[in-house]
Amino acid sequence: MLELSWLLIAIPLAGAALLLTWGKESDRFGHLIATACSAASFVLGLVMFIQLAGRDPEDRSVTETLGTWIDAGAFHVEFSFTFDTLSSLFVLLITGVGTLIHVYSIGYMAHDPRRRRFFAFLNLFIAAMLTLVLAADYLVLFLGWEGVGLASYLLIGFWQHKPSAAAAAKKAFVLNRVGDLGMALAIMTMFAWFGTTSIAAVNAQVHSVSGNVATALGLLLLLGACGKSAQFPLQAWLLDAMEGPTPVSALIHAATMVTAGVYLVVRSHDVFDASPTARNFVIAVGFITLLAGAWIGCTKDDIKKALAGSTMSQIGYMMLAAGLGPAGYAFAIFHLLTHGFFKANMFLGAGSVMHGMNDDVDMRHYGGLSKAMPITFYTFGIGYLAILGFPGTSGFFSKDKIIEAALGHNIWVGLAALLGAGITAFYMTRLMLMTFFGQKRWREGVHPHESPAVMTVPLVILAALSLLAGVMALGDWIEEWLEPATGHPVHHELAVPIWVVTVIVLVVVAAGVALAWVLYGRREIADTAPADSEVSVFTRAGRAELYGNNVNDALVGRPATHLTRALVWADAKVIDGLVSGSADRIGEISGELRKPQTGFVRSYALMVLGGALVVLLGLLAVTLA
Amino acid sequence: MTAFWILAPVMVLAAIGLIFARKAVHAALCLAVVMICLAMLYAAQGAPFLFAVQIIVYTGAIMMLFLFVLMLVGVETTDSVVETIKGHRAAAAIVGILFALVLTTAIAQSVSAAVVGLGEANANGNVHGLASLLFTEYVLAFEFTAALMIVAVLGAMVLAHRERLVDPPTQAELQARRMRDYAETGKHPGNAPTPGVFARHNAVDTPALLPDGTPLPESVPGTLVSRHQFEVHDAADVTRVVGEISASDIDPDERPVTTEKPDVPESGTDEEDRA
Amino acid sequence: MTEYLTLSMLLFSIGAVGVLVRRNAIVVFMCVELMLNATNLAFVSFARQHGNLDGQVAAFFVMVVAAAEVTIGLAIIVSIYRTRRTTSVDEANLLKA
Repeated sequence: MLELSWLLIAIPLAGAALLLTWGKESDRFGHLIATACSAASFVLGLVMFIQLAGRDPEDRSVTETLGTWIDAGAFHVEFSFTFDTLSSLFVLLITGVGTLIHVYSIGYMAHDPRRRRFFAFLNLFIAAMLTLVLAADYLVLFLGWEGVGLASYLLIGFWQHKPSAAAAAKKAFVLNRVGDLGMALAIMTMFAWFGTTSIAAVNAQVHSVSGNVATALGLLLLLGACGKSAQFPLQAWLLDAMEGPTPVSALIHAATMVTAGVYLVVRSHDVFDASPTARNFVIAVGFITLLAGAWIGCTKDDIKKALAGSTMSQIGYMMLAAGLGPAGYAFAIFHLLTHGFFKANMFLGAGSVMHGMNDDVDMRHYGGLSKAMPITFYTFGIGYLAILGFPGTSGFFSKDKIIEAALGHNIWVGLAALLGAGITAFYMTRLMLMTFFGQKRWREGVHPHESPAVMTVPLVILAALSLLAGVMALGDWIEEWLEPATGHPVHHELAVPIWVVTVIVLVVVAAGVALAWVLYGRREIADTAPADSEVSVFTRAGRAELYGNNVNDALVGRPATHLTRALVWADAKVIDGLVSGSADRIGEISGELRKPQTGFVRSYALMVLGGALVVLLGLLAVTLA
Repeated sequence: MTAFWILAPVMVLAAIGLIFARKAVHAALCLAVVMICLAMLYAAQGAPFLFAVQIIVYTGAIMMLFLFVLMLVGVETTDSVVETIKGHRAAAAIVGILFALVLTTAIAQSVSAAVVGLGEANANGNVHGLASLLFTEYVLAFEFTAALMIVAVLGAMVLAHRERLVDPPTQAELQARRMRDYAETGKHPGNAPTPGVFARHNAVDTPALLPDGTPLPESVPGTLVSRHQFEVHDAADVTRVVGEISASDIDPDERPVTTEKPDVPESGTDEEDRA
Repeated sequence: MTEYLTLSMLLFSIGAVGVLVRRNAIVVFMCVELMLNATNLAFVSFARQHGNLDGQVAAFFVMVVAAAEVTIGLAIIVSIYRTRRTTSVDEANLLKA
C-alpha cells in the first residue's frame, strides 16, 4: 500500500471538490463528508506508516511517480511523491490533527451558514499540505506550497464580511508572496545549476557545486521558509491571521502550515549542510523569531494573539534546531510534532473559551474559568505544562533536546534558547492565570459554559497526545526513525552533564512561572488594558508587534506608494503627454489640412485641374530642356 | 481654312457663352452651336463619317437628352450669380487660362512635321476605311463598347427606377383621409380653389380672393411659384388694386365674386394625387 | 494644323473652367461634353496630320463612351433631383471633412 501516497491527497481533494460543487442540499451533511475524507486519509496514512515501519531502515522510502508533469526540452518534471520516514510523520500529524480539528469544527462552526464551504476549504488545505510534504520534486512541493497559501488565504478571510479579516487575509497572502518569490527563485536556481528540481537529485548534487551556489540556494529557501513560517523578517502576517476561525488558527497557523518552513529546511538539509553560511542564517532567523515571538506573546491581551506570538516563538525554536545541522534536524521535527499537538490543543482550548465567552478574545474579560469549563481547563492545562517543558510531558523532551543541541553548538545561542524557555513560561503562565484563575471579570450577559462533546473530545485526545508524545524520544527512537531522511545525527559533547542542563532549564522555567505568578497571580488584574502611555517601552513595543508593520510600511509600503504615485504621474504627464501630445499635433495639422476639404466637388475639380497643370508644366519643362 | 476661320470664333464664343449663360437652356443651345460647328470642322478635315455621327449622336441624341432632363428637372435650374466658394472663380479662371496657355505652348513646340493628309487613307471612302480599322484592329474595343452600352442602359434603368414601398392609396382611402383631415385640422376636403378671381391679366398667376377680400396664395400653381412668376399679394395690394379698379369705369358691383366657401381652403390634395 | 489644335485646347480649357465655375449639374455635364468634343477635334486633327484613320476611330470610341456616360450621368442627376429637389453640385457635399 506504500505506493498509495497519491490517494492520501486525492481523498481530501475530492472532498473539497465535492463540497464546493455540490448544491445547498449538502449543507446538512457536508461537514461529515469532509471529516470522513480527512479521517480516511488518516487511516490510510496510519496503515502506510505501519507498513513503512515494518521495513528495513534503509528501505524506508517509497517514491511513486504518477506521470510526467512538464517535459520541455531539458526541463523534465515528474509528478512524483515520496513516502519516507520524514513525510510519514507529517502525514500523520496533518491528517491526525486535521481530523481532530475537523471534528472540533463541527461543533465550533455549527451555526455558521457557510459551514460547508469552511469544511471544503479545510479539506483543500489538507490536500495541499499533504502535497507539500509528500512531494518528491521541488516543483510539486511548490504546488502544495501555493495550495496551502491559497487555503490559508481563504480561511483567514473566511469571515470576509469583517474588513479586518479581509485585510488580514490579504496581508498574509502578500507577505507569503515575498517568501514564495524566494522559493520560486530557489527552484529556478536549482534548475540552472543542476538541471533538475527533484528533491533527491538536488540534495545529492548540491555538494558538488561551489559553496556560493549552495549558500544562495539556502538563503532563497530560507526566504521561502520565513514567509510560510512567519519567521523574521516576514513575521508580520501571523498575528493578523488570527482573524480567521479558531480551528483554522489551530490547524494552519499553529500545527501544520506554519511549520512548512521547518519542513523545507529539514527536507533540503543537504543544501544547508553544504553551506555553513546559510545554516548560520537559519540559526539567526530562529534566534530572532524565538525571542521576538516570546516578547510579543508577553504583551498581548488577545488570547489568540498571545498564542500566535507563542507559535512564532516555538517555530523559532524549530528553525534554530534545524539550523544546527544534523545535530538538530530530528529535534526540530520532534518539537514540530509535539508543538503541533500541544499548540493545536491550546488553540482549540482558546476556541472553546471563546465559544463560552461569546467570541470575546480579550483575556482581561476572562478569569476564573477553571470552574466553568473544567474539561477545557484541564486539557489546556496539559498543553500549558507541555509547552513549559514540565518533566514527563512531550514538550519537556523536545525542548530540552533543542536547548541541549543549541548549547552544544554555541553557548550564546543556547543561552537565548534557555531565555526563550523562561519567557515562554512567563507568558503562558500569564495566559493561564488571566484566563482560568483569579476573579471573574466577565462582561455583562456572558455565561461561560463547557463546550459540547464534539469539541471537547478532540481536546482530550490532543491533550493526551501532548502529554504522551514524548515517548517518541524514548531510546532516541525519533532520531533513528528520521535517520534515512535527515542523515546521521551528530551529538556534541557538552561541558556539563545533561541532567545539569535539564535542571537549569527547569529552574529558568520555574523562574518565569514565579515571575508571572507575582505579577498576575497575586495581583488583581484590571479588566481594561493600561493605556500605552502607562506601560513600559518593552510592553509598548510588544503590543506593536515589535513595530514589524511599521518597518514594513516604512521600508516597502511607503516607498512603493510614492513610487507608484511617481509612476502614475510620469505615465499621465510624460508618456500620455507625449502620446496624446503627438496625437494633438497631428490633430491640429489635420485640422489645417481639413480646411481645403470643403466637400464641394468643384473645389476638388479645381485641384485636379491645378494638378494637371503642374504635370503639364513639368512635362513641358522636361521637353524644352 | 476659310471654314475654320469662320467657325472657330463662333465656337469659342459659344463655348464662352456656355460658361456665362445663366439659364441652362441657353447653355444647352450654346453647346449645340459648338457641336454643329465641330461637325463641320470634322467634315472639313476629311472625316465625313464622324461629321454624320456628331450631328446624329451628339446634336441629335445627347443634346436632346440634355434638354429632356432639363425639362424633367424643371424650372429652378437657373444658377445664382453669387459664387459661394471664396475666390473660386478667380482661381478657376487663372488656372484655366494658364492651362490653355501651357497647352498651346506645348502644341506650338511639338507639332512641326508636315501634314500628311487623309487622301490615301480615305481612298476607298472614309466609311470604308474606318470600318476596315474598326472591325479588324479595334474589333475587341468595339465589342467592349457594346458591353458598355448595355451596362449604361441597365444603369440608367436602375437609377431611374423607383421602388414603390407601399401600395398607392385607393380612392376610398384618399377620401377617408380628406375627411379625417377636415375633422381634425379643418383642412378643406374639396378641390383647391381656382386662381384668377383677382385678375387683371393672365389670371393663372394671380391668387384667388376670399370673400373677405384677402388673397389665397395656395390657389396659384406651384410651378409658377417656384419660377418666381408670381408675387404674393397681401391685403394692402388688394386694397390698392381694388382702389385702382374702383377708380376706373368698372362698377364694383359687377366684379366677379368667388363662390368658394369661406373655409380655410387646402392645397394638398393634388400633391397627394401625384404621389 | 496648329490652329485646329489650338482651337481644341481653347475649347478644352473653356470646358474645364466651365466645370469649375458652374453649379448646375446639367451645365457642368455640358461642359464635360465640351471637353470631350475638344479632344475629339484634336483626335481628328491628328488623324489628318498623320494620314491614317486611327485618330478618327479613337474619336468614334470617345463618342460612344460619351453617350454612355451622359446616359448614366443624367440618370444620376435625375435621381439626385428626385431625392434632394436640387441639381446644384454644391448641395451634394457629403464628402465634406
